[in-house]
Amino acid sequence: MSITIRSIHKTFGSYKALEDVSLDVPDGSLTALLGPSGSGKTTLLRIVAGLEFADDGPGKVLFHGEDVSGVPAGKRGVGFVFQHYALFKHMTVGENIGFGLTTLPRSNRPKKAEIGDRVRELLKLVKLEGLEKRRPHELSGGQRQRVALARALAIKPKVLLLDEPFGALDAQVRKDLRRWLRIFHDEIGLTTLFVTHDQEEALELADQVVVMRNARIEQVGSPQEIYDQPRSPFVYEFLGNVNKVALNEDSNQYIRPHEIEVCFAAEHDPASGRLAKIQHLFSAGPVATLTVRLDDGQFLDVELSRKQLDDLALDVGDEISLKLGSAAP
Amino acid sequence: MSSTHHVTTESKPVRLLLIAAAAFILGLFLLLPLVAVFAEALRRGWELFLASLKEEEAWSAVKLTLMAAGLSVPLNTLFGLSAAWLVTKFRFRGRAFLLSLIDLPFAVSPVIAGLVWVLLFGAHGWFGPWLAEHDIRIIFALPGIVIATVFVTFPFVARELIPLMESQGSDQEEAAVTLGAGGWRIFRSVTLPSIKWGLMYGVLLCNARAMGEFGAVSVVSGHIRGETNTLPLHIEVLYNEYQFSAAFACATILALLALVTLGIKSLVEHLSGHSSNGRH
Repeated sequence: MSITIRSIHKTFGSYKALEDVSLDVPDGSLTALLGPSGSGKTTLLRIVAGLEFADDGPGKVLFHGEDVSGVPAGKRGVGFVFQHYALFKHMTVGENIGFGLTTLPRSNRPKKAEIGDRVRELLKLVKLEGLEKRRPHELSGGQRQRVALARALAIKPKVLLLDEPFGALDAQVRKDLRRWLRIFHDEIGLTTLFVTHDQEEALELADQVVVMRNARIEQVGSPQEIYDQPRSPFVYEFLGNVNKVALNEDSNQYIRPHEIEVCFAAEHDPASGRLAKIQHLFSAGPVATLTVRLDDGQFLDVELSRKQLDDLALDVGDEISLKLGSAAP
Repeated sequence: MSSTHHVTTESKPVRLLLIAAAAFILGLFLLLPLVAVFAEALRRGWELFLASLKEEEAWSAVKLTLMAAGLSVPLNTLFGLSAAWLVTKFRFRGRAFLLSLIDLPFAVSPVIAGLVWVLLFGAHGWFGPWLAEHDIRIIFALPGIVIATVFVTFPFVARELIPLMESQGSDQEEAAVTLGAGGWRIFRSVTLPSIKWGLMYGVLLCNARAMGEFGAVSVVSGHIRGETNTLPLHIEVLYNEYQFSAAFACATILALLALVTLGIKSLVEHLSGHSSNGRH
């Protein structure tokens, strides 16, 4: 089910959290809301969920073309996974997952045995078979995360919303769970919107990335579009791994470390290259990173393959010539 | 120095001195009065002790005290829950003011807390004539005692719950909302279970104070023997009449109530894994 967001404004007192935000989330996609803290991404997610309401005005949220702006959260059919999971601490894993089914009106509430079956089915889906009787505090972070997911899925939501789904996990679990979530999403095909401040996570996981900044959407596109054609210096810098080279007082060039060409200082051509001195060299792994100092004192990161590094036989202190290419925005 | 020696541990004489000081103060100020109450009550023997307790006026005081506590504690449980829910789950104008207002009964002298009600509902008070016309008695009667007790014990439940609910945030409630639960269901199966020990603790403290309240109740009760004297007031009357043994005999009832409260409190703390609340 597609999500359509139209001209949403949201203020908290005098603080503007969202300004005229419009967005289309295609049916079945996995979309990332990416931005630094305070950019409004979580507020947008909460408005889609119905946990927060947009300011009065033309702002609308539509699910599959149907306006749900006035529909309370409990009736929207959204599965929401909270940043810290918000599991019900005093309930078992099974009771947590079954909760959404026990709140249904008596007429279409499944029988106890059916709820039990559904809970076990969901536990299997998130690979937590047999943990039904455990309490949340007996689980690891990754397990809690998946219980929260199963609980959200139990009500058969039309869309799935995740707030910083991997924010509270350590690096290794994070990576595993990220891969798992991608495969999981492809299997169940549920329209999913998630919030993250980690550009790597957004680029690796999502079909569509929405970069947000200061209450507005900065750019929307596939991970590749966002990475290859950043529309603003902000997007360039936020995606990270980029050198900002000051050309003169008010213009900068952005260039990624692997896009810089390295040659010997002897082959230096002042028309197309810049002279630089190697300050630091890091070469553990397939890619070597040089920190170099340009003739005007600016520092840059340069990446090249280990093979290239060995061929050039470079070392700290060497003079080299860099080709920075044509000026990008 | 041994390897198990802890960096924050003081030398042995200092430790012994501190322990002795603490034990001395505890004994002098907490244990001794309790022992004295029972010793004094039993000084003239069991017979007199039991006789004092069997007296009709003493019994009516006990009944009145239980009634006042029995009415004001449930009321304050309800008020405290609502107030804590309001100030922790919502942000609104005047919230800070409401928070300090909840503390007001702690801040004013109980005598004033009593006088206010006399001023409002007494024979010469604002609503006095109207109440007299309709033959409703508040001051010098049970309603006045309950109102004064409710006022004085209002903060106990709310004060216990506010920090607890504040620290828990509303994540779990919001999760329940997205899962389709209504307000009552959320309260019953999400909020209440996570605050139950704090609530029970607040109710116990509230009850202890409700039974022991003297100042405010003294002002509104009118000291009618066998009618509007609560247990603390009755003890004072006996004491002023030099019936020391009887006074102390009644005092033992209050002391026992306090001990029972403390016992239940320890049990509550034990069951709830005590450190999670980490207070007192």
